[in-house]
Amino acid sequence: NPYAGLVSHLRASWLSRKTWPREYRMAQLEALVHFLDEKKQEILEATAADMGKPPFEVELSELLLCKNELHETLNNLSQWMKDKQVDRPLATRLDSAFIRKEPYGVVLIMAPWNYPIYLILGPLIGAIAAGNCVIIKPSEIAKNTERLVAEALPHYLDKDCFAVVTGGVQETTRLLENKFDYIFYTGSSSVGRIVMTAAAKHLTPVTLELGGKNPCYVSDTCDVVNVARRVVWGRFFNAGQTCIAPDYLLCTLEMQEKLLPALQEAITEFYGPNPQESPDFGRIVGDKQFRRVRALLCSGRVAIGGQTDEAERYIAPTVLVEVQPSDPIMQEEIFGPILPIIIVANMDEAIDFINSHERPLAIYVFSSDDKVVNQVLERTSSGGFCGNDTLMHVTLTSLPFGGIGNSGLGMYHGKFSFDTFSHCRGCLKRGMGRETLNAPRYPPYSQKKFGIVQATSKVARKDDCTLL
Amino acid sequence: MERIQQVVGRARAAFQSGRSRSLEFRLQQLKALERMVQEKEKEILAALHADLHKGGPNAYSHEILGVLAELALTMEKLPSWAAPQPVKKNLMTMRDEAFINFEPLGVVLIIGAWNYPFVLVMQPLIGAIAAGNAVVVKPSEVSENTAQLVAELLPQYLDRELYPVVTGGVPETTELLTQRFDHILYTGNTAVGKIVMAAAAKHLTPVTLELGGKSPCYIDKDCDLAVACRRITWGKYMNCGQTCIAPDYILCDPSIQSKVVENIKATRQEFYGEDIKSSPDYERIINKRHFKRVLGLLEGQKIAHGGEADEASCFIAPTILTDVSPESKVMEEEIFGPVLPIVTVKSVEEAIEFINRREKPLALYVFSNNKQLIRRVISETSSGGMTANDVVMHSVVPDLPFGGVGHSGMGAYHGKHSFETFSHRRACLVKDLKMEVINKVRYPPVSQKKVDL
Repeated sequence: NPYAGLVSHLRASWLSRKTWPREYRMAQLEALVHFLDEKKQEILEATAADMGKPPFEVELSELLLCKNELHETLNNLSQWMKDKQVDRPLATRLDSAFIRKEPYGVVLIMAPWNYPIYLILGPLIGAIAAGNCVIIKPSEIAKNTERLVAEALPHYLDKDCFAVVTGGVQETTRLLENKFDYIFYTGSSSVGRIVMTAAAKHLTPVTLELGGKNPCYVSDTCDVVNVARRVVWGRFFNAGQTCIAPDYLLCTLEMQEKLLPALQEAITEFYGPNPQESPDFGRIVGDKQFRRVRALLCSGRVAIGGQTDEAERYIAPTVLVEVQPSDPIMQEEIFGPILPIIIVANMDEAIDFINSHERPLAIYVFSSDDKVVNQVLERTSSGGFCGNDTLMHVTLTSLPFGGIGNSGLGMYHGKFSFDTFSHCRGCLKRGMGRETLNAPRYPPYSQKKFGIVQATSKVARKDDCTLL
Repeated sequence: MERIQQVVGRARAAFQSGRSRSLEFRLQQLKALERMVQEKEKEILAALHADLHKGGPNAYSHEILGVLAELALTMEKLPSWAAPQPVKKNLMTMRDEAFINFEPLGVVLIIGAWNYPFVLVMQPLIGAIAAGNAVVVKPSEVSENTAQLVAELLPQYLDRELYPVVTGGVPETTELLTQRFDHILYTGNTAVGKIVMAAAAKHLTPVTLELGGKSPCYIDKDCDLAVACRRITWGKYMNCGQTCIAPDYILCDPSIQSKVVENIKATRQEFYGEDIKSSPDYERIINKRHFKRVLGLLEGQKIAHGGEADEASCFIAPTILTDVSPESKVMEEEIFGPVLPIVTVKSVEEAIEFINRREKPLALYVFSNNKQLIRRVISETSSGGMTANDVVMHSVVPDLPFGGVGHSGMGAYHGKHSFETFSHRRACLVKDLKMEVINKVRYPPVSQKKVDL
């Protein structure tokens, strides 16, 4: 077991209780702020090298979102760490009952390649805030960012309590043989199953942030120009390599006819007449992924885009029409800059289509009719939901971020990250006195005692519940 | 086996019909459950007596009272729990609606245990129904009378398709676990907990595992021993020691060991009389297998008190062991029986170290007049839950989450925590299609001005 030494080193640090004091946690979080500030140039370069990530996207989705999480956590950590007093039933009214938030211990965070900084730091912030030691496993697919994180992060964080492990499938498999006290995984559903199965051997709780095909329903009543912009922005951000990107569009034939020119207009407005020359459009992360996404272009007919350049791993912002539900592009999460349009007759058909598939990480609906938005919300299920925009629900740290069914289990962001990495311990502190109050609960049971128990039980609706 | 697939399939179809979602429907089902418990009280008590030799008053307070209380609390609070929760917005989303929607997960599986066979299926069931799910209930076959009764009663009071009961043993449970559920709540032991989680992993099903372990009980020299021992005796020997949060073993200074024994002895007498076997308030071991297992733990031990046993009735007297070695068998596994080992430690540091060397327990107890000491024990150990200066009682505070950590489990329930466990918290942001000018700052092409914004 090549990682046994590392894990036991971290566990020894954990047992020394070094990570428990609030000051320690705050200091580590402050160090992450410095990391983002001082290594900004390196981050821009690494993500550009890995997937041609446009600098603005890095600023927004990797740096700003991380900073928001850090500030939110630094501002509120004292509050979050406090014991939470709870209401007590009659029998324990004079006692102290509270929920204590405690760290789990040694935590493993496995990150994917598409937002390599944000998807490491996001969970890491929560794990540190909650007082854990952490092993970080960045994705080997974003090679440059992996190297940056492995080399730079240890200089900012306490080496005794935080470590970065690099490697591929084999290394990850060996790593998962160790016992962790929590595992946080972001990636695909198939690997999610492997992670959870490995976790089951040690009864390790997990959070799995997975994926799926996020549907985007565009109703007939909407402002086509605004819809097109918001959809194009969400779909082609990071060249489509976003777990919450709108994966496919559902609309009527009439709406499609209106949308296509608007989509083309938005694409041109954003990326110019030749997106390959735009500094604001990314690339596919690797050759394998490029070939996979390119193969999906054979579905339906190319209405917009469709150009590719293997040397640059460039795939143009593309819209496909005449796509059938049985086509290859509808069988897997696209994770690329292609937007297929599926024709439906009306909202009900769109909802039925959505509900006949696995529950996705996000559902989008565009309509100027509130009722349509509400109907789709109420009659479907998904990790998150955004009406009349794409991606934006993830920018609010007050909203939980997570999936359901195949798109994941658990959630994080903001306080939800802190809670995810904390064990909620129910605590009751009683006094030694007032023993007479306990008398009715002790044997031997007489009819009289039972009468007292029943009388003091008060299970009527309005009153508190009591026991013994 | 085909039957199980059909039952689960029917529950899923029933869930997809949407009828379990309205608040009215959920409250109606919960009200029906309340009626069931009230109308069938005699039958429930009889089943519990048949399974565990549990006397009426005991059964009522341990199982029925808790269920009625949970029902009352849930019915009262459900409208507020289920309401969408608005959240804090930022400048960019100031004009939008941002809220968390509490939604059902789908089809939930509840696997009960045999030691509190009624409440351990009912309490999770209440939460799962309240959250709007369909629920497949699998009571433990070991407590066969209660399992049978639950299988008979639920269909009489609840929607039959949405809340089916599946009975049976290991083969049926194994078959059930191959089906796809949207949450599984399992109460039982660590070994089977791992099997449940591995089965759940195949479908990416979230799990709540209420497992066990050895819940330590530290008695400080500075405490009212008579009171402490009375409370410990009550919690240890209730249900014949078959309680997941029973104080499993005692840690104390050697100088007070004999006093502890004397006090427990005296309390035992007070509770159950001289002839314990004929006390209607003392239960029995659930079956021969566990009877033999618990008796086996006494081998080679110094029995300070008790030790009497009768296989025919699965009776084991309340027993105390002294000067127990940490390496002995009785200190290896969860006892789950009326055997209380005392391990001596010279200080609270030693006690804390002892506790931390072992798997995290479901519960932890400390008795002391010294508030500092109590605070120290709490902060330097970890456990699912804990009570200071009493035992078991943290489990009856409905606002405290009830669950384990590490080998004692994952997730929690009771009260609102049940509702949250069985709900999906869906993040919702609803914007306006207008006000596009605010969005322009995020669109390419990008100028430095946009970046600075």
